[in-house]
Parts: sequence; C-alpha cells; structure tokens
Amino acid sequence: MKMLWILAVKELRDGLRNRWIAAAIFLLGSLALALSLLGSAPTGSVSVNELDITVISLSSLSVYLIPLIALMLSFDALVGEFERGTMMLLLTYPVTRWQVIMGKFLGHVLILFVAILAGYGGALLIMIFITNGNTEGWQAYAMMMLTTLILGAVFIALGYLISVYVKERASAAGAAIGVWLMFVVMYDLILFGVLLLDEQQLMSQQLLSILMLISPTDSYRILNLSLFEGVSQASGIAGIASQAGMSGIVLFLVMLAWIILPLSASLLLFQRREL
Amino acid sequence: MDEPVIKNTDFISMQNVCKRYGNETVLRDINLQVKAGECIVLVGHNGAGKTTLMKLLLGLTKPTSGSVKVLGDDPAFNASVAKHKALGYLPESVAFYDAMTGREVLRFYARLKAVSNDECEKLLELVGLADAAKRKVGTYSKGMRQRLGLAQAMLGEPQLLFLDEPTTGLDPLLRQHFYELIDDLHKEGATSIISSHALNEVEARANRFIIMKSGVIVASGTLEELYQQAALPVRMKISVTPGEASSVAQRFNADVSITHINNESLSLACITGEKMPLIRHITSLGDVVNDMQIMPPRLDEVYSHFMNGDAS
Repeated sequence: MKMLWILAVKELRDGLRNRWIAAAIFLLGSLALALSLLGSAPTGSVSVNELDITVISLSSLSVYLIPLIALMLSFDALVGEFERGTMMLLLTYPVTRWQVIMGKFLGHVLILFVAILAGYGGALLIMIFITNGNTEGWQAYAMMMLTTLILGAVFIALGYLISVYVKERASAAGAAIGVWLMFVVMYDLILFGVLLLDEQQLMSQQLLSILMLISPTDSYRILNLSLFEGVSQASGIAGIASQAGMSGIVLFLVMLAWIILPLSASLLLFQRREL
Repeated sequence: MDEPVIKNTDFISMQNVCKRYGNETVLRDINLQVKAGECIVLVGHNGAGKTTLMKLLLGLTKPTSGSVKVLGDDPAFNASVAKHKALGYLPESVAFYDAMTGREVLRFYARLKAVSNDECEKLLELVGLADAAKRKVGTYSKGMRQRLGLAQAMLGEPQLLFLDEPTTGLDPLLRQHFYELIDDLHKEGATSIISSHALNEVEARANRFIIMKSGVIVASGTLEELYQQAALPVRMKISVTPGEASSVAQRFNADVSITHINNESLSLACITGEKMPLIRHITSLGDVVNDMQIMPPRLDEVYSHFMNGDAS
C-alpha cells in the first residue's frame, strides 16, 4: 500500500508541476459556471431548479470532455516510460508490476478528483452564493461529480490498455483519439443509425437497453439524467430508464466493470511484457 | 544486516539459460555462478548479450529456457521483488523523469527503497551533484545523468550491483572517483557485475572476467586463468650490454621466439610452460644481461584473442 501511495504521489506531483491540474480545474470550473449561468436564462428559473438544469447540461458536456481529459492523462503513462527507458529502472526497485499500474491509476484518479472537486465543486459554491444560499438539488450535483470521476476512471483505465498495448507513443495518441471517437461519438451514432434503418423494429426494446447499458458513456448519461426526480423530469427522460430495467446500481456496476476489465487486461499485458 | 542470510554460492546462479527474441537467439547456454563479494566484469562487443544477461538477472525479462536465481529466488517473480531492496542497477544510457529536479528524482527512488532523505543528500554530495540538485534533470549533461544514475544505484547500500557501462560519459577524474566508490562498496561486502568496454580500467578491479561473444560465454576466469586458456605467449624484455644483442640472441634455443631486437635489448616470447626454464637460462647468461622485465598479461590481449580467435 505504501508503494502505491509513493507512486501515486509522484503522478500527482507531476500533474501539479506541469500545471495540468491547474488547467483542468480552470477548464471544468469555467464550463460549469458558464453553463449554470447561461442555463438559467431559457427556463427563467420558474418551475425548474437551476442546479438540476446545470446537472443536465454539465453532464452532457462532461460526457465528451472528461473522457478526452482522462485519455490525455493516461495514454502516455506506460508507453512513455517504456520509450524513455524509465520503466526499466523503476522495475528494478522493490515494486511489482501491478503496483506500478495501480499506483499510476491511483495518482491519475486523484488528479481528476482534485480537478473535478475544485472545478465543479468551486462552481457549485459560487452558484449557491449567487442564488442566496439555495442548495436545493445539490445531491444530484454531487452525484454528477461522483459519476464524472468514475467516467474519468473508466477512460484512464482504457488509456492504460492502449498504453501497454502499442509499441510507440505516437500510435498510443492515435489510438486514444480512436477510442474517444468510438466510445463517445460513434457508438451512439451507430446505435441511432441502426434504429432509424430498423423500420420493421427487429431490434427489441430490451436489446436496445442492453446496447445502451454496456456503453460506459450511455450509462453515465442515464445515471445522471434519471437518478434524481428533479433532473429526470427536467430532462424529459423520466421513467424511461426504470422502464428499461436500468437501476442505478446496475448502471454503477457497468461503469465499475469498465474500470476493472481494462485495468486487469493492462496488468496482464504488462506482466507479459519484456523490457 | 536485516536481510536473511543467503548462502554464499546462491548469490547468483544461471543454469543452461537461453534467451530468444522471436527467431533471434540472444543468449545461449549460459552457466554462471557468482559468490558473495565477487566483482565480475563482463566484456564483449556490442550485441554480445551483456545487457540481456543483466536484464535476466534483474527480472526484467524471463529466460526462454533454463533457470535464473538471484539471492535464492527467481528474479522474474513477484515474490522476490522485496529483495530488490538489496539491489542497485545502473542501466546503459540511463534515463530519468526530465521534468523533475535531480533531488526529486533521487528522493522518489529513495522512498521506494525506504531510504532517508539525508542519505540522498549524502549521495548527491558524493557524486558531485549537490549544486545541481535543484536543476531539472532535463537540463543535465550526459555525465551528470550518469552520476545521478550512479547515485540511485547506490541507494540503500546495495549488496548486489549491476552496472552496465558505468563510466561512459564520465571524465577521467570522475572515473577514478567512481571506481573508488565501487571499491568502498566492495570492502563492505558488496557483489558487483559490471559490463565495460574500457578494458584497461576494469583490468585491475575484477576478480573474474566473463568474455561474451554472440550470446555465448567464450571464456571466464581470472586474468591469469584466461591467459593460460588463451595459450598466449609469455613476453619478456631483456636489456643487454650495448652491441651484444645479436650474440645473446644466438644463445636461445628454438622454443623461444625473438619478437624484436635492437642494439641493446631483446623482446622474447615463449609458451607458458617454458617460462621458468627461460628465466633460468637468462640468469645463466651472466653480466651481459642488465635488466629483465616480464610483461604482465593484459586483458585487451586476452580479449582480442577470444574475439578474433577460433574459440568455440
């Protein structure tokens, strides 16, 4: 455990040193603020809670942004060290290979945690301040922060899988963009396309649910849009998720599986790798 | 020492080790036993398999066949990783995290070995990086990186040192200094395996040389043993009264070859077994011989013999 911590702290310090964390906090914070301030305009803040609106818009944006940030953070993590030769030296120290991967993972998740907590959390405090202490709907917002971190962890894990699989850094960067496109953009587009073409309705409701469920980004979206009543009413998705049998716990488990599976695969590949 | 006592012969053992990368055989039939306290020098041209041999001993790669044991365990398995605390490694062309300062790098590695920050400062002082400790490693010169590499290899007073071309990029003074540091570690009982191209530097320091060629150990032993294995001639030089050289030359029998002759000196060579009879013969020549030198065996001669020769 101590080894994990030493390795994690190193990543965290790297993140602070190259101002990565500062940039991410600034990006996330300003987006959250902009969306919440703009978001309150069209609804006129009459019937719907402002924080709920912010959760909808912010989670819709996070689903694009967070995977990108997470992949940028992680694609280089292993292949970069292989290429520079620092991994070889590190592994002659009393650390096991799983400690190296888990330590890095812990460190990178911590970086995201700090960025989300400071960025989104800071924006939340400002919003509460502006609305004269109106904290209604904070639970949904907090849940959004938590699930955003989990979404980030999913793509950090996927980034490691890329990083341990490829031979060069350049191909890792390319593969990371590919993974981002596939998971964040293409998957849903393809799903929609199939639905549009599927005039005879060969695809059952159940199959569609499963296809959406197995995607970590869709799980994230559904979790945030359906878990809290206020949000789900505002987003117009009320009832759909529960109808399709997607309980919050299942959605969480799906996302956790998307962390555990790529991490385990990375570890397996790393164990086999010759340096 | 809180490490469990390891049997002398168990320090390093390699048995029938082969290593292939794809179709290419990098190491073939390597058998090696290293006892505690030995200083082993690996010599061989680039690509002879020296680095791969070290990587096997460090557990960075696994042998295709055969068994490798370091400090009593297979180094490639997690169970033996704790023993890496007793191990120092300086890779060939060492690389560090460029964005970190020298001090940060060393402290990071020190934490992994549970070595104190004070120790780091001492080591930085020792390798002459104390003034540059605040600078980022990315700005270091080749020699400074090498020194930082040395400092990290010496963290926690390792029992077992692996040094891959340790003196490349060091200036002569630092080389001297470096070997003094190694000698100090040896006095405290450390064992080391050093690969080097600088034959004249390592000549006097090693207990044992291992000559590698195309993934095979072609010879191993002390310098004297290698000299005998190579059946290289013993060389002597005698000084004689000026003008007497040619007459002296006629008084040697056919076993002795005269490699060089001038007015007042002769260079002689004979096989190892003829050495003592030759010396007795020279002393019997009387006053005409002023001086005599026996050339010590040199590693580069042995090396080039095994490299060029028909050694199987």
